[in-house]
Amino acid sequence: MNPSLRRIWGLVYRHLALYRRSPPRVIELMYWPILQMVVWGFITAYLAGAQNNVASVGAGILLGGVLLWEAALRSQMGFSISFLEEIWSRNLGHIFVSPLRPRELVAGLMVMSVLRAAIGVVPAMILAWVLYSFNILSVGPALVGFFAALIIMGWAVALGVTSLILRYGAGAEALAWSVLFGITPFAAVFYPVNVLPGWLQPFALALPAAHVFEGMRAALLEGRFAAGHMAAAFALDAVWLAGMSWVFMRQFQGARVRGALLNIGE
Amino acid sequence: MPPALIVEGLRKRYRADAPFAVDGLDFSLPAGATWGLLGGNGAGKTTTIAMLLGLLVPSEGRITALGHDMATDRFAALAMMNFSSPYIALPHRLSVAENLRIYGHLYNVAGTGARIAELAETLQMGDFLNRPAGELSAGQKTRVALAKALINRPQLLLLDEPTASLDPDTGDWVRTWLERYRADSGCAILLASHNMAEVERLCGHVLMLKKGRVVDQGAPAELVARFGRDDLEQVFLDIARADA
Repeated sequence: MNPSLRRIWGLVYRHLALYRRSPPRVIELMYWPILQMVVWGFITAYLAGAQNNVASVGAGILLGGVLLWEAALRSQMGFSISFLEEIWSRNLGHIFVSPLRPRELVAGLMVMSVLRAAIGVVPAMILAWVLYSFNILSVGPALVGFFAALIIMGWAVALGVTSLILRYGAGAEALAWSVLFGITPFAAVFYPVNVLPGWLQPFALALPAAHVFEGMRAALLEGRFAAGHMAAAFALDAVWLAGMSWVFMRQFQGARVRGALLNIGE
Repeated sequence: MPPALIVEGLRKRYRADAPFAVDGLDFSLPAGATWGLLGGNGAGKTTTIAMLLGLLVPSEGRITALGHDMATDRFAALAMMNFSSPYIALPHRLSVAENLRIYGHLYNVAGTGARIAELAETLQMGDFLNRPAGELSAGQKTRVALAKALINRPQLLLLDEPTASLDPDTGDWVRTWLERYRADSGCAILLASHNMAEVERLCGHVLMLKKGRVVDQGAPAELVARFGRDDLEQVFLDIARADA
């Protein structure tokens, strides 16, 4: 195996071994997405007025929004919390004095974020189908693109969170759970961007998620593939990911200058 | 044979208005030698070791480890170095074998399974190889930390307090093992310790640090003779208590 890929696998193996030995961690991965799905499923059932109407298009938009947004949330948390696991186990010193490059660390955390997002979202997708007859796959092949765009956005946000942890230490760890929830009102998850006040719409449209959810609504309501929104989502992902990677590398280097890597867990 | 480690004009201060934590270190650790880095709390040992490992960027100076400039080519050097400290843990839920496998991957060790088996035999870890690292005794943890530090057959080994919190018997076992390992492998060792008897036994040369500077150095016996003392502990106290 290529040495770089092997180092990335070493980091991924470390987290997989942890999950194998810690069932509560695996349950926690599935718990919130399933809970969200159940709550939103019953809300849509209530709003639809009758149980047999919950598979209506309107309900599908809400449930589709829940499932796709969970992918972004789990991606961001998967990256950030995997980094925090190293701090909590006081293992970061060993990691940073090994030949693991920062870009390989980031790649390993990205792999973990995808795995964690899959473990969290797939059971919720199955539940949506079983309980509410909502099949997210009805969005069509574009679904793969929507999920990918949201997972990449999760990485960009997680790089920002990890940068703050490098800058301010473990005191910034609460952001790993909360930061993406703060973006939710502007991400157009459950309503179109044009519902927002005019002055807020440019901010929303600067988020890849807003384009993903506009695209999802176009697919579910009109049965069309909104190529423009998909392209905009990936273009914005590229910009956000490049920007946050730069911030991360600056903070990593800054932490090496300040000596923050010696006591980051304190 | 070129030195394992060359340190030239090394200085570090954490803020522009702070005093230098390390203030002008110059030394050259020969290949295959064991040197000690001694000093009281705040003398600059941890800062020095962190810079040698690339965890900390020096304010001034240059470090060349195993022929690689740590400022520009640190990952090439880190692949041939390793480090052990009781103050940095291994993930405690993972088994000893899992922990060692992780570092086998990170250091790109060929035949990781065979290497783990070899280390388990020589460090007598066979009985607890599959137990979680967090459930081990202090002595067992020390052996696991050594196994992690040796997984890549390092040519340069940095050890921070390798026998801290060990009982005398286990501490002696570790010291004997380190002496034999260095003789067999030709690995250079830089040892930071507060155990003067350990330093006298293991180290051929000692750097005495105070306020970030090397205030004296030499073979332990030379230092003891120069200060007219009975052992290195008394020399250490003389230096630590002397006015700046």
